Amino acid sequence: MNGAMHVGQGDFAAALLDAGRECPRGLRTWNGSDPNARFAVYRNNVLVSLVDALADTFPVCCELVGETFFRAMARVFVTDHPPRARVLAFYGREFPAFVSTFAPAASVPYLADVARLEMTRLEACHAADALPLPLSEIAAVLATPAQLPGLRVRLHPSVAVLRSKYAVHSLWAAHQGEGDLSAVDPMLAEAVLVLRAGFDVRCVLLDPASAVFIDDLVHGAELGAAHHAASLLDPAFDLAAALGLVLQHEIITARLTGDHDHEHTC
Amino acid sequence: MSQSTRTQSAATRYASAAAMALALSAAIGIAATPAAAQSMDKEKCFGVALKGKNDCAAGPGTTCAGTSKIDHQGNAWSLVPKGTCEKTMSKTSPSGYGQLEAFKEKKV
Repeated sequence: MNGAMHVGQGDFAAALLDAGRECPRGLRTWNGSDPNARFAVYRNNVLVSLVDALADTFPVCCELVGETFFRAMARVFVTDHPPRARVLAFYGREFPAFVSTFAPAASVPYLADVARLEMTRLEACHAADALPLPLSEIAAVLATPAQLPGLRVRLHPSVAVLRSKYAVHSLWAAHQGEGDLSAVDPMLAEAVLVLRAGFDVRCVLLDPASAVFIDDLVHGAELGAAHHAASLLDPAFDLAAALGLVLQHEIITARLTGDHDHEHTC
Repeated sequence: MSQSTRTQSAATRYASAAAMALALSAAIGIAATPAAAQSMDKEKCFGVALKGKNDCAAGPGTTCAGTSKIDHQGNAWSLVPKGTCEKTMSKTSPSGYGQLEAFKEKKV
């Protein structure tokens, strides 16, 4: 075919991500203009659109370090981690880990965990729907209290617990107009419950023991085991308050009954 | 397992189950309170839907304005990160007090 171009996909992709490389050989332009200049524009558009996607996904991180720094950092990430899937919504899953090893950001040690929180929120936003278990069905468990310690529940697919050495929730909330950034000590450990209710992604600050409790439930632990783990961390762990939080946010979607050991003990 | 151990563990389990039943009852009470439910609705979801527009239709740098942005940004990360949080970080330094103004300025 006349005018067909012969450029290997690998060469093209490599040149796209490395401004130090020359325009792939064999590229031609429809109007005879310089392919180098045209390719440079395309390369820039690819990089900038991916950096824009990261800036959309990590807006608080962007505010924390300033746009110039963020975009330069994101550009290094894009070059090292080009998209592997077509869904741009989840592009940047590796970004928090990248930030944690990015030497120029070492002076902002909490940045990676704030990025983790923002990614967790994004995952929650796109998680599958599930209806909460009605309170009446949860109350029905009270008829057989001996079953409670062995009870396992399924939580909403959006639910995640993020535990950080840093004040990730306060830092994030201060950028949503809640709280005062100047009053935040970023070096205080915080845990956050992330969940989606309807179309609303929520971040709830958790005390350390409640974080253990809910995280254990997320991972399928029995109520008794989760309670025990939380009480070990904090003898004053308030089970009623933690369960109250869980029920308030309606994150229990099912009772799990597959555990024969416990069915027989009753 | 000896008889006494089993009795003890059964007793522990019973106490624990009873305590849990109390806690769950209290929790159901908390959850059934309408005022508590209302106070949870204040958080906003930010615009993650933007990500669907992945073609370079708009925005800085997505035009064919040229590639000068690359050179400008290539060494930008050698700069010290600046912004609201750096100011929070440096609260041990004398400048730590200016952060509130800077933050508000940005938000308004």
